[in-house]
This record gives sequence, C-alpha cells and structure tokens, in this order.
Amino acid sequence: MLKRLIQSREALLTGAIMLLLALIFSRFPGFVTPANLANVFNDTAPLILLAIGQMIVILTRCIDLSVAANLALTGMVVSMINVAAPGLPIALIVVIAVGLGTLLGMVNGLLVWKLAIPPIVVTLGTMTIFRGLIFVISDGKWVNSHEMSPAFKAFPRTEILGLPVLGWTAVIAVIVFSVVMTRTSLGRAIYAAGGNPRAATYAGINVGKTQFWAFTISGALAGLTGYLWVSRFAVSYVDIAGGFELDVVAACVIGGVSIMGGMGTVVGALLGALFLGIIKNALPVVDVSPFWQLAISGGAIIIAVALNAKANRVKGRIILKRAERAS
Amino acid sequence: MNTSSRTIPDRLRSPLEQRLKSWETLLLLVAIGIFVANSLASPYFLNAWNLSDATFNFTEKAMIAFAMALLIISGEIDLSVASIIALASTAMGAAVQMGVGTPGLVLIGLGVGLLCGAFNGVLVTRFGLPSIVVTIGTMSLFRGISYIVLGDQAFRGYPASFSWFGQGYVWWVISFEFVLFAIIAVIYAVLLHKTNFGRAVYAIGNNATGAMFSGIRVQRVKFTLFLLTGLMSGIAAICLTARLGSTRPSIATGWELEIVTMVVLGGVSILGGSGTIVGVVIAAFVMGLVTFGLGLLNVPGIVMSIVIGALLIGVIALPRLWSMWRAR
Repeated sequence: MLKRLIQSREALLTGAIMLLLALIFSRFPGFVTPANLANVFNDTAPLILLAIGQMIVILTRCIDLSVAANLALTGMVVSMINVAAPGLPIALIVVIAVGLGTLLGMVNGLLVWKLAIPPIVVTLGTMTIFRGLIFVISDGKWVNSHEMSPAFKAFPRTEILGLPVLGWTAVIAVIVFSVVMTRTSLGRAIYAAGGNPRAATYAGINVGKTQFWAFTISGALAGLTGYLWVSRFAVSYVDIAGGFELDVVAACVIGGVSIMGGMGTVVGALLGALFLGIIKNALPVVDVSPFWQLAISGGAIIIAVALNAKANRVKGRIILKRAERAS
Repeated sequence: MNTSSRTIPDRLRSPLEQRLKSWETLLLLVAIGIFVANSLASPYFLNAWNLSDATFNFTEKAMIAFAMALLIISGEIDLSVASIIALASTAMGAAVQMGVGTPGLVLIGLGVGLLCGAFNGVLVTRFGLPSIVVTIGTMSLFRGISYIVLGDQAFRGYPASFSWFGQGYVWWVISFEFVLFAIIAVIYAVLLHKTNFGRAVYAIGNNATGAMFSGIRVQRVKFTLFLLTGLMSGIAAICLTARLGSTRPSIATGWELEIVTMVVLGGVSILGGSGTIVGVVIAAFVMGLVTFGLGLLNVPGIVMSIVIGALLIGVIALPRLWSMWRAR
C-alpha cells in the first residue's frame, strides 16, 4: 500500500510541489503564507477547470485544442450580453456561459463521433473558427471594465472563507469530477473507451458517444471558465487566453495523464495545473524574468512525459489495477 | 452494411477515372474556383506583381509543410516547427550582433534547425515518447529560449546580402523564395514517390510493426524525418528573417497549426499512411490564394482564419457526409 503510494504519480508530483514551495520559502517566506497560497490557487483556477475537461477528453484518446478559443468566445458573448442588458441576473449569465460552452463542445463531439474526423483536425479547425467568430461578433472591439455591470465583475471575486468564488468553482469542479470519474458509469466508460476501445465496444460501450460526452464536458467547463475569466480580468477581446490550450495540455501531461488515453486522474490534472501555476506566480517573486516561464514549462512537459512513459512501461494500461493485483 | 460494396468489380477503374476522382483533382478544382472568384471580386487580383506578392503568404510555410507531410505520413507529428523558426532566427540575430557575415548566418540557421530536429528525433525515437507531447514540450522550450535571450527586445541589422533570401527576385516577378519553394517541392516529390526511403515512409505509416519485420529501420527513418523537418524550419527561418529584417521571439507564432492545416488540406491522412506532395502543393496555393484574395477585399486576417478552419473541417467532412448519404 505504502509502496504503491510512493510510486504513484500524484505522490511524486505532490513531493515536487512541496519541494518547489520549500525552495521558494527558503528565500521568500512571504510567498508561502496561507493568504498568498489562496491567491495562487485562485489565479490557477481557470487552468484547473480547463485541465479537468482536457483530461477527460485525453482519457478517451482525443485532444481538445479549441478550449481556449471556446473560453474566449463564450467570454465575449456573455460580456456583450452584459453590456446590452446590465440588469440580467448573474445566475442566468452563468447558465448562458455553460450552455454556450456545452454547445461548442458538442460541435466538436459530433464531428468526432458522427463523421469520425480525427479530433486534432476537428479542434484545430474549430479553434480558428471560434477565434474568428469572436472578431465577427465584436467587430474587433474590446469590452472594457467600465462597460460591465458591477455585479457581473463582482461574482468571481466575492470571497467566501478567504477564497474567492473563482477558486471555489475549481474546488467544486475537482470534487464533482472526482466523483463522476470514479463512481459513475460514465466515468468508467470514459476510462474504458480510452484504455482499450475495442474491448470497450465488446463490453457494450459506444466509444464514439463516450468521446462526444467527453468533448461536451470539456466545452461546458470552458464556457464556465469563459465567464469567470472575462469578469475576473474585467476585459474581453479577441485574443484573451491565446495559446492557453497548450498550457492546459501541459498541465495534463505533467499531471500524469497519458496522451495514449485511458490513464489519468482528476487529482493528477489538479496537481499538474498547480505545478504550472506556482511556477508562474513564483517567478516574479524570486526575481526571475517572466520570460523564463515558457522555457520552464516546456522543460517540465518533456520531463513529465518521459516519466509517464517509464511508468506506463512498468504498469501497463489496465483499468482495474487493484483487481489485477489481487487475482 | 450493404453487400454490394463488397462485390468484386468486373474491371478495375481506369487510371483516368481514378485520377479524376482523386483528392488532388477536387482540390485543384477548389483552387481554380478560388482563383476565378478572386479575379471577379477584385480588379487588383490579376496583376503579376500582386500575385507574386501573394506567394510570400505560403512559400515559407509550404517548405516546412513538405517535410511535415512526410512526418505525418509516417505517423508522427512535429508541433515545434514555428518555435524552431523562432530559435533559429534568434541565433542568427545574435550572430549578427557579433559581426557574422551572410554565409555564417545561413550555416547557423540551418545548424540550429538540424539540432532542434535532432533533439525532437532523439526524444521520440530513442526514448519512445509520443511525438505530439514531445513537440508540444519543445514548442514551449525552443520559443522559451528565444524569450529568455530576447525578452521584449528585437535583433536587427541583418546585412543587405542576407536580405536577398527573403526579398530578392530571380527573374522579373519570380522571387527567390518561390524558386526555392518549387525546387524543394520537386525534391520532396521525388523523395516520397520515387525512392526506397519514400516507400519506407508509407510502410511505416501504414503498419510500423510490419515495416520493421520487412527490414525497414523504422526508428532511423523517423529520426531522419525529424531532422528534415528541423532543417526545413531552419531554411524557412532564414527566408522569413531575411524578409522581415528583424527577429522578435514572437516570430511565426501559430504557424505550426497553419502548416498542419496545409498538410491535412492537401489530403495527407492525419492518421498516417497516405498522402501526396502534389496535394500539399495545391493546398499551399489554395491557402495562399484565399488569404490573399480576402486581403484584397479588405477582409481582416482573423476572418480569413474562419475560412481556413471551415475549409479544413469541410474538405474532410463533405466527402464523408456524401458517402454516408449515398450509403442510405
């Protein structure tokens, strides 16, 4: 039991994060105060939300490169709705954001499921289309802070027990999707569809449909993050979250999600996102130029994928590891 | 499943019929359609100099797309190509500050491209890592190094003789870049379609294990393909840097996706195993013509990306929808 815990990717990553924090603490104790850590978590929340969705898609042997564009499009739509109708209740805005994001995710899912177009091609295409659509609906203009209603901007910043709503959303998403992935038949189907599609088909799982739901979930989370993003930064324009899709994939890979499908956990995605988030927030504190961030995250991806491959070779991709061991 | 599709035909389809129904023919019709539509839509389109300018939209990307096509046919992918451009360009920029002349700059550009390709190749073939993740990593790493070196600065002051690679004309309106593009296209067409190496690339893409048992050195071929992709990125970096006359770390951002789009649009299966260089050449012209034509009509670049994205999905979806509709 203990041995397995030590060998698990989650434990390894937790150790790496602790080491990272200890290193920063030795020079800048101020970074590791509860208040600042809550800040860092809150700042990483969008990455966590998208990484969970991306992990689910990658589990089914697909990839969703359109998440950042989905986020930006949804964010632009809700902020324009807010400008046009400032009185609209926030609950309705959230519903619209999640709904639109879900719809965009479903477009990806349908193309992958019904037309069997490779996911990387589909999402590469929808990524550029979504970005273009933002320009078309906004005419390239920005929606600025003063045009948004106070309630619209206040929602993600409202603090509950010292953590803003944005951070809490990530906490809730981690809990909800941990349950979905480990305790529901959909979660099982997602692991099965990616772990061994042929066996999954024989077990009565519709692999294409499972992929469709994975894209739908990813889209819904991207839509939700879209509203939270534009309201938190109080600005919306064509290029927000540009290139963010690669950070999201990076978080998954660092979190031990196998790009070959079938392997990965919500906690892993969370830790992968936190690892990147801490580096991003710590660089200015330890007085390293923020220009180092890109190279560091690139290096982290390569190291992580090398570790992943090693782990895969030892363990193989088996859904029920515990049962396998017991038999 | 209807059985009629499984029956053996009385005779094979004639080569002419096969050719007429091919992806390349369809794409060529699209290209001609776009050309005609462009000529009707804008009076400035049919002008030798304007058309020559339009080729700059795709020549550099297409050079990389040829190598990328081989890589994708073999079942791998390289998403770090645009970042290799950035790193090679940065290295050349740094060399200029130290007073290196044009021949040295070219060597440095090619060398950095080869090194980056070798790095990707080693990670994929020696360590057996999935190329899509490796190159997402090196994509951040290579461009990250450019950012570390340059920050928000830029390198300038390239010698005039160096600029010729991006701005020079060989004859009348025929630019150096276009000639280079044509030569490289021919080289790759021969390499892929007329040599053992090209056969091996197809074999690996269709069945890597089968290829290995047929005596093909799978890893060595793949490594060579990564090297070639790196080298082409180095060449593209030389042309682009010479054309722009400056280096910023954000140079060629997003090109990797446009290049993959070009390759897939050209009929190369993203799953590997099939595709032709002719297809990629036509796809390059299609993308260049669309971008240029819409540009003449004052359509902003970002809206063109909608067209490119829709084209990418559409050209793959329509034949499938058509066959689904016919199967009914």
